[in-house]
Amino acid sequence: MSAPLLQMRNIETYYGPIMAIRGVSLDVNEGEIVAVLGANGAGKTTLLKTVSGALDSNKGQVLLDGEEIQCRDPDWVARKGIAHVPEGREVFPLLTVAENLAMGAYNRSDKDTIARDLEAVYEYFPALRSVQRKMAAYLSGGQQQMLAIGRGFMARPRLLLLDEPSLGLSPLLVQEIFRIIVRLNSEQGMTILLVEQNANVALQVSSRGYVMEVGGMVMDGPSDKLLASEDIKEFYLGKKEVGVRGRRRWKKRKTWR
Amino acid sequence: MRAMCRGHGPLPQPPTEEKVLLPLNDVIHLAITGIAQGCAYGLIALGFVLIYKATEVVNFAHGEFMMLGAFAVLTFSEVLGWGFWPAFVLGCLSIAAVGYLVDAQIMRRIIGESQASIFILTVAFGFIFRALAGMMFGWNTRSLDTPFDGKIAIGNLVEINSDRVAIIIATVLLVGAIYLFFGRTRYGVAMQAASQNQLAAFYMGIPVKRLVSLTWAIGAFIAAAAGALLAPMTQIDTTIGLLGIKALAGAIVGGFGSIPGALLGCILIGVIEPFADYYLPGIKGVSAYVVMLVVLFVRPEGLIVQTYQKKV
Repeated sequence: MSAPLLQMRNIETYYGPIMAIRGVSLDVNEGEIVAVLGANGAGKTTLLKTVSGALDSNKGQVLLDGEEIQCRDPDWVARKGIAHVPEGREVFPLLTVAENLAMGAYNRSDKDTIARDLEAVYEYFPALRSVQRKMAAYLSGGQQQMLAIGRGFMARPRLLLLDEPSLGLSPLLVQEIFRIIVRLNSEQGMTILLVEQNANVALQVSSRGYVMEVGGMVMDGPSDKLLASEDIKEFYLGKKEVGVRGRRRWKKRKTWR
Repeated sequence: MRAMCRGHGPLPQPPTEEKVLLPLNDVIHLAITGIAQGCAYGLIALGFVLIYKATEVVNFAHGEFMMLGAFAVLTFSEVLGWGFWPAFVLGCLSIAAVGYLVDAQIMRRIIGESQASIFILTVAFGFIFRALAGMMFGWNTRSLDTPFDGKIAIGNLVEINSDRVAIIIATVLLVGAIYLFFGRTRYGVAMQAASQNQLAAFYMGIPVKRLVSLTWAIGAFIAAAAGALLAPMTQIDTTIGLLGIKALAGAIVGGFGSIPGALLGCILIGVIEPFADYYLPGIKGVSAYVVMLVVLFVRPEGLIVQTYQKKV
């Protein structure tokens, strides 16, 4: 097996005076969907921001194809082939949908392939085609999320970072978005690093998963194994274990096994 | 403050007893002078707004770009003897370069500090530019020979100095060029994107830092053009940059952050000014600020508002 596309080695990142990530290592292989799970404040977003260069790590390395990319400007990292779809969509509100998508392809020059990818985006997200000339601010939340993913795809990145694509969406829309994420992976060969709170859906679409808690990795493995794990079931999927006395044991501790 | 009171050319002499109704030709004359003056404010305000939208910095030294532009064009045209137009282009381009460097070398480092320190820095730049201009070009008032020294007659009603018409035409051309640049070109749309959501623009691989510096260059270029075109009306000395404060007032009247609003506000102020000076000579020179205060009381967001609600 060849070297991973993305490697994080022992990354430490501070968010102001707070150490938000304490020594995290992670691999993403070409063609995979990797999920990172964790509760609020676990450091998932910080992790992605460290990869894309929005935050500088204090220690450790981020390697893309063996090349160090940590502590560089995010536009430089983006040109290296990493597209970050940020949490909360962050579309360009006063640009039209078509202009937003064109901005995704800012660093590409081949008109033919750009046109082909644009067509692909409208194919994956038919809802966007009908609002092409509308300003992004007037789209619904679901459409904005689709636009943000489409914009990231338009960069034709080697690695797509998705931060909480399910945030604020109805369960039905979450299903739809994740179906398309799977198709982007299988049909377009897009490698995806996915950060989610919605552990169930994230583990269903990914091949491997990592679990973060207060800034560190506590568990990793193939997604089906994680789905079957007792701790994941209890703390992320909300399935209650009934103890021998017929009541839930509140003092149960996480073992991450 | 002397500089703020001039710039309207020869005003009609106030009649001694009764000054209720002006003859029509004087009204037209004052109105066109006012529009021309407003256009000049508008060009400066354009730079204020562009830079504000790109970086959330209000550049209080922007009027000084205008003053430096006037001196640069004067230097190129008279000292080097190249004629007005080559000097105009070269002068504006060199001030654009100054604008680019100010951002790339200095402002970029202070972004993220408190608004107060940024404010003080830009004010300090104003002083520095004024002092430098005095040292380099002298403190005396100078005049610039432009090709616009004739008069244009409208019917047989009024004669208008062609320098005023030149400012109005130049404003239309520059604003049109800016509009096309920001609406149609890849760089322009990317600049809009960067001003609307800087981090997302970074994530898309847009070279935000370079584009911000370029925005400063464009703002400085336009201000320099305004300085050179205003030269026949204001003359040139180190204090003409104070006109920038009136441009700022105009931008606030129009709604800071909106380009059409800033232009509208500046033209409004420009037109009100000569009439206010004529009818109310007691508040000569402050009418712009009176208008600004009234607008701030009545409609604090300005005449044209550009906002949107972020969805979560």
